[in-house]
Amino acid sequence: MSGPLLRNRWFVGSVGGTFLLLVFSVFVGFVWLPSAQDDSLFKGLLNSICSAAGVPRSWLGEASAPVTSPVKVSEVVMTPTTLDEPSSGGGVGRGATLALRCTMCHGLRGVSTSQTPTLAGQYASSLYKELRDFQSGARASAVMAPLVAELHDQDLRDLSAYYASLPRQQSPATQDLQSAPDIVATGAPMRNIPPCGSCHGRLTAKLGVPWLDPQPRDYLKTQLEAFAHGTRRNDTSAQMRNIARNMTTEEIDASVDYYSGTR
Amino acid sequence: MIYNKRLILAHFWLAFALFGVAILLGEWQMFIRSPLHGWLRNADLYYRSVTAHGTVMGYVFPTLVAMGFGYFISEAALGQPLVGRRWAWAGYYMIIIGSVAAVVPVAMGLDSVLYTFYPPMIGNAFYYIGVVLVVVGSWVWVALMGINLYVWKRAHPGAPVPLAMFANVAGAYLWGWTAVGAALELLFQILPVALGFATTINAGLSRVLFSWTLHAIVYFWLMPAYIAFYTIVPRAIGGRLYSDSMARISFALFLVFAMPIGIHHLFADPEVGAGFKVVHSIFTAMVAVPTLLTVFTICASVEIAARLRGGKGLFGWVKALPWANPQMLALALSFVMLGFGGAGGLINMSYQLDSTIHNTQWVTGHFHLIFGGAIVIMYFALAYDLWPHLTGRALLNLRLVHWQLWLWFIGMIVLTFPWHYAGLLGMPRRMAFYDYTAPGMFAEGVSVVMSTIGGAILVVSAALFLTVLIRNHSAARVDPEPFTFSRAVHEPVSLPWALNGLGLWLGLMIALTITNYGYPIVQLMMTPEGRVPPVFVGGKP
Repeated sequence: MSGPLLRNRWFVGSVGGTFLLLVFSVFVGFVWLPSAQDDSLFKGLLNSICSAAGVPRSWLGEASAPVTSPVKVSEVVMTPTTLDEPSSGGGVGRGATLALRCTMCHGLRGVSTSQTPTLAGQYASSLYKELRDFQSGARASAVMAPLVAELHDQDLRDLSAYYASLPRQQSPATQDLQSAPDIVATGAPMRNIPPCGSCHGRLTAKLGVPWLDPQPRDYLKTQLEAFAHGTRRNDTSAQMRNIARNMTTEEIDASVDYYSGTR
Repeated sequence: MIYNKRLILAHFWLAFALFGVAILLGEWQMFIRSPLHGWLRNADLYYRSVTAHGTVMGYVFPTLVAMGFGYFISEAALGQPLVGRRWAWAGYYMIIIGSVAAVVPVAMGLDSVLYTFYPPMIGNAFYYIGVVLVVVGSWVWVALMGINLYVWKRAHPGAPVPLAMFANVAGAYLWGWTAVGAALELLFQILPVALGFATTINAGLSRVLFSWTLHAIVYFWLMPAYIAFYTIVPRAIGGRLYSDSMARISFALFLVFAMPIGIHHLFADPEVGAGFKVVHSIFTAMVAVPTLLTVFTICASVEIAARLRGGKGLFGWVKALPWANPQMLALALSFVMLGFGGAGGLINMSYQLDSTIHNTQWVTGHFHLIFGGAIVIMYFALAYDLWPHLTGRALLNLRLVHWQLWLWFIGMIVLTFPWHYAGLLGMPRRMAFYDYTAPGMFAEGVSVVMSTIGGAILVVSAALFLTVLIRNHSAARVDPEPFTFSRAVHEPVSLPWALNGLGLWLGLMIALTITNYGYPIVQLMMTPEGRVPPVFVGGKP
């Protein structure tokens, strides 16, 4: 290279050309196209630039307040750190003491022998969410509501930690997806029903979602039907209500049979 | 003269062996999701296969081809033994270790996240570490290419850098810079979560960082094919390269315009402002310039060869071309696929039109046609051209080579045309099974069956390709003439500094990365509420 850069035709041509192209595309993307929007909130140079850059402006403030639900909805926000807070002298041992009130229905060590769900080895995130929902009324139960009414948040955390620490008893039948009914293994894509295992384990597991095997047959069936009828509504985004509503009676029976095993 | 034949052959053979395995996975996937097979009971098997197929075909295979070809070019074009031979082997072994570390957990079902990672999905950390090792191994090559050119330039002050090496180093630097996006995503977003140091991930930021890599990686894949267009084909068919300067300008423009365009992969993403999507869309359109320059220059070079062979008339010269020559055939087939693929690409890159095909099978059809078709067929061609020089044995069976190239072309058309059509019908991508019994989905089922047949043809072609190469190793020994690259009509005597080095173009590449990516990245980094819980694959809650 010889001579100063700004006199060099390669430098001036390439850098200048690229700069002009950049100015042109920025003008189109940030000024011209946004101003062509037929929306008064996007009018004006600053508004159009900010909207195109994705910067929230005051027009967000004019939005109406969120609608409040006439029925009680779940307020639990589960994140991976929700249950991480150090317990104040609580934990599994304290949970075990508190759990004495649960044993009559859920078994001595969390393995139910009646039609109530088994809690031993259940994910702590799922236990905690359900307990909170019973407490707030988002999940209705005449039996559970009075039992959790006066418990503190720390009590719920300790109970969840205790039951999660107990050994889980899995039935061998649910280890094998080959023998699973279609609704469990593949769902029904045209009816927006994903495979059960895509949230409840085996394929992937999602935070706050319980495993299902083995739970008592009657319990599973009652819950699926409650989701289908909309009488249970503590699934935050209505995912279980939408799934259960689209399931046939035969599919509900097949999935319940599969997950309950011999119970 | 080629000094390190073992090193180059090792790269090519590992690339082609992995390609041979991964293409079987691809065909299995097509078959599994076609109406020819019932629904998979365990959909995870499908996603494992897609992850492995994509990881091998997207990261390992083209990287190894570019590296092997790059070492070859460095020695053949510069006429000097490779500087840093031990480092090159170290990079090679790093890629082997990385590939094993990545593929084993994928096979175990711990990393069914697909090769584009899709955060907030998170799998076993070994997969990501393996991919990082592959990238770091390839960065050794990037550095070596720069160093070898530097050493040569010092020994030959003022001399024009051979075109093949100019383009090769452009490809290396493009890869070096574009891989930074995915590396940042892996190191600062995904791995901390996969290793348990963090419990949330900024999915939007991760996606923007990946888009930094996602489009320019395609041009990195494309570089060896374009180098073959310019520096092998004209020589092989007995012609001359029409313009050396035009070739250099094309490679320089690829370097500049491949980078600041990746957000066109995020047109449907809410975390990027619409203005940046328009800017990236316009810059994507600019890639048409070096592409069309190439098509023009190569067609002109081919015409020179035809007229030298006595071709006459406005189009009559086409008949005079050496169609029996594999390089000629591969070039023609590649250009046809590049034409169709490029036309489809115009739809993908348009902010408005993209919404009609976004996340449909159209997109997968598109990148198989462009990469698997137009580019990979030139990988075959360059292997055929290089092999006798690497093994010192004759590549005799031209009939088999012809069959192989034609089958690859036919297979790719039969695979991808119905694939595009299925996308136009609205068939979504990334699903293990489809309900073809549903009303209105019959046509999609038919097109997937056609694609499955196309894929089977490709498997046959791949088997022929490997057969040709393997048989060469036991063929009669020959003493091939010294390897040469194409000569230009007007060979460069002295070049302007801008076309004899990459500094100017690298500067523009980095400047445009900052203007086009700077704000979206900083904005997302300063949006802590963009952090979401990971979704662990492999059953971890």
